[in-house]
Amino acid sequence: MMPDLGKYALEVNSSYVLSLLALAVIIGLYAKRSRAVKRDLAAMEAVHDA
Amino acid sequence: MNNRSIAPKFWDRFWRLANPKVFMGWSGRALPWAAAAAGLSLCSGLIWGYFFTPDDIRQGSTVKIIYLHVPAALMAINGYLLMFVGALVWLIRRQHVSVLAAKAAAPVGMVMTLIALATGAIWGQPMWGTYWVWDPRLTSFLILFLFYVGYIALWAAIEDEDTAADLTSVLAIVGAVFAMLSRYAVLFWNQGLHQGTTVTMADGAQQDNISNVFFQPLLLSMAGFGLLFLTLLLIGTRTEVRSRRLKVLQARERME
Repeated sequence: MMPDLGKYALEVNSSYVLSLLALAVIIGLYAKRSRAVKRDLAAMEAVHDA
Repeated sequence: MNNRSIAPKFWDRFWRLANPKVFMGWSGRALPWAAAAAGLSLCSGLIWGYFFTPDDIRQGSTVKIIYLHVPAALMAINGYLLMFVGALVWLIRRQHVSVLAAKAAAPVGMVMTLIALATGAIWGQPMWGTYWVWDPRLTSFLILFLFYVGYIALWAAIEDEDTAADLTSVLAIVGAVFAMLSRYAVLFWNQGLHQGTTVTMADGAQQDNISNVFFQPLLLSMAGFGLLFLTLLLIGTRTEVRSRRLKVLQARERME
């Protein structure tokens, strides 16, 4: 299943690992901050509505 | 109905989309579709490129880096141009959503620039014999990365939101020059190691064109990166709109 990358295996695989890691980090950060702000706003609006 | 009566109605509707409440409505509905399309196209583009494309006759298996490098570079430039438009709209029309979209686009654009620089360096070593060279395109891309960092730092450094929006918008407009330079650097300065634009080379008219075997998964991967950018842009802008409302409520609470 794994393609034969020959002598450039390190270059190709490290490119994929680094890039996917960077994308995963930015997706995780955006999702985390989105949840936190949404929760804080809901709590603040609940106080104001009460 | 003539054209003169249609045009104002169109722009009226268009600008209404930037109303925070309207924006939260349509972006909330669009977000799951954008996320699903991004996941599908990105996964299929990268899996196709990594597992099911042959080695290039000159570059060997390093050609597989193209499915990361080119889409990331494309989004790095287009992300900054999007910030430029958002900044311009803010300075002219004072639409908050536009500048908040620019703010949300910056970290994603910075990551795209970083991926393009890192994969370019890794690819450069076996092909050019060096990780880095002060080539016009590489240098302008490094400057673009620094503009992204500066833009994010400026937002973080200024407490007043409107002042931060004004100053970062000016920076975004200045930096757009480098975004364009990084796109056309190869044409402006006919020197350096980096090749011309990969996608326009795929028109079948020249000897050095990228073959369809590589081009089709590349197209899919580019769509995936673009849709991922859009998804994160929507998430980020919605978060910024909520954050702004939160700050307003907190300020109101402090005054009471």
